[in-house]
Amino acid sequence: MRDSNEKELIVSINAVTKSYQRGNQPVPVLEDLTFDIARGEFLALMGPSGSGKSTLLNLIAGIDTVDSGSIVVDGVDIASLGEAELAAWRAAHVGFIFQFYNLIPVLTAYENVELPLLLTSLSRRERHEHVETALAVVALSDRKEHYPSQLSGGQQQRVAIARAIVTDPTILVADEPTGDLDRVSAGDILALMSRLNEDFGKTIIMVTHDPRAAEKAHVIRHLEKGVLSDVSV
Amino acid sequence: MFLFKLLARNAFRHRLRTLLTILGITVAILAFGLLQTVVSAWYAGVNASSATRLITRNAVSLVFSLPIAYQERIRRIEGVSSVSYANWFGGVYITEKNFFPSFAIEPQSYLALYPEFVIEPEQKRAFISDRKGCVIGQKLANRFGWKIGDIIPLKGTIFPGNWEFVVRGIYSGAEKSTDESQFFFHWAYLNETLKKTIPRRADQIGIYLIGLENPQSAAEVSLAVDTAFKNSLAETLTETEKAFQLSFVSMTEAIVVAIRIVSFVVIIIIMVVVANTMAMTARERIGEYAIFKAMGFRWYHVAGMIFGESLFISVTGGAVGILLTFPVARKFGDVMDQFFPIFQVESSTLYMDMSFCVIVGLVAGMFPAWRAINIRIADGLRRVG
Repeated sequence: MRDSNEKELIVSINAVTKSYQRGNQPVPVLEDLTFDIARGEFLALMGPSGSGKSTLLNLIAGIDTVDSGSIVVDGVDIASLGEAELAAWRAAHVGFIFQFYNLIPVLTAYENVELPLLLTSLSRRERHEHVETALAVVALSDRKEHYPSQLSGGQQQRVAIARAIVTDPTILVADEPTGDLDRVSAGDILALMSRLNEDFGKTIIMVTHDPRAAEKAHVIRHLEKGVLSDVSV
Repeated sequence: MFLFKLLARNAFRHRLRTLLTILGITVAILAFGLLQTVVSAWYAGVNASSATRLITRNAVSLVFSLPIAYQERIRRIEGVSSVSYANWFGGVYITEKNFFPSFAIEPQSYLALYPEFVIEPEQKRAFISDRKGCVIGQKLANRFGWKIGDIIPLKGTIFPGNWEFVVRGIYSGAEKSTDESQFFFHWAYLNETLKKTIPRRADQIGIYLIGLENPQSAAEVSLAVDTAFKNSLAETLTETEKAFQLSFVSMTEAIVVAIRIVSFVVIIIIMVVVANTMAMTARERIGEYAIFKAMGFRWYHVAGMIFGESLFISVTGGAVGILLTFPVARKFGDVMDQFFPIFQVESSTLYMDMSFCVIVGLVAGMFPAWRAINIRIADGLRRVG
């Protein structure tokens, strides 16, 4: 199921298979999955629980490994990378947005956003500039000294988005980014993600159950029992 | 800097738990330090003994005496620079609980053999010229408030009767390990009295103290002394002062070993407590470690966070414990003064304290670190929420 269009590809998934072991029994999750994602695309992955959406997202983000097949992101076959190379690759190319924000509670918003930059060779001043910019993009400059517990759910997710974009990654992966938010906050977060996609050209791959969230995407792919069932554009 | 900030904040995320763990380590290090100091105090006499002195006693037992006539024969043995002698007096001041070591000595030769007893020349002269005079240690003087010129009545336990002495000198120790709780008086005074009261016990001494020309010749001189009195009525046993002191300690060896074992058990217990704290901590934060790893942090970053926090807790507790060891040991030493005249925290104890803090921190962090390093990121992320 390979789409052909004239856009530059950023992710190429080729015949990917993934299964988990439950006791002695292998449980197939993804079967012979093939598709591409174009640069600057906002893709929503939908499907029922257990369909393999999050597993696919983890494979694309390089936090899980395929059983067979290949995943090429921006020209790099990530399945061929060793653990250390993969960690370095993630640090440089992937921004993560999680359902439960996953901020470090003992760090301020500013420090949480600064975290991924600690792995770069940027100076303290350069890090400061990057963090300030990222916080300004998510409109949280005035809350940078606040700890996660002092922020609302929507604000925490905006901090998480700032952390995801601060290294200017190649792709943003979001796993149910609005799953833990009320409707208004969810709307704000989706608007912010759309802005990142449209204004900053970020490629976003989002797993969601929420059809309203999926509406913001350019492309919606449905997974059913590890197989892509349809594509809506 | 960032990492240290993160460690410190993480460590106090569960304030009560961390403070209780730190308190536990503090108590353990304090207990270890005190128990080790008790062991050191036990060996204080051994450590303070000199390599240039030999002790000659009756070969049968210390309870039996030696004739004073041996002195001249010992002096003539090659390698002997000086000879002195002493008797354990075992006097009691008012009641038996006021115990302190008291010896009848030959003043000139004895004080010459023990330069570690520092005494003013004027006081020394006064002591030597007064047969009923005595010299006491500074600690003993402080304990009973005695000063120069005071008359001290002692009740003899080994040598019956009421004895009176005039304080002619107060000595201080040249070294920290010098015992300042002793009481010395003239052997001649004891002997003269015995001649009148119990003549058969006169002209007898408890031990000879032999000064060596060369410490390397200790074995040869010991052999020569004992050979000289072989097949006599009172055969001798000569040994180094250290071996002589050790023979006393060896009588209570089992107690010392028990104290040592207990001190190490305390450390093992606290190691388990800290390991439990760190295991709980790591289990609670496994999701966070997965996030760090997802962002590109490596296994050594995660291990650094766990070991760093573990070390932070153990070293903080240990540092407080070490600092408290000094005042507590001083107080303990004051209370137990009559049993442990030298009660000082030794540098070796401090090194052990510090080493154990680091070992406890490292061992306690080992399993949680291993777990956090090996968990798959996807599995760890599932634990969040």
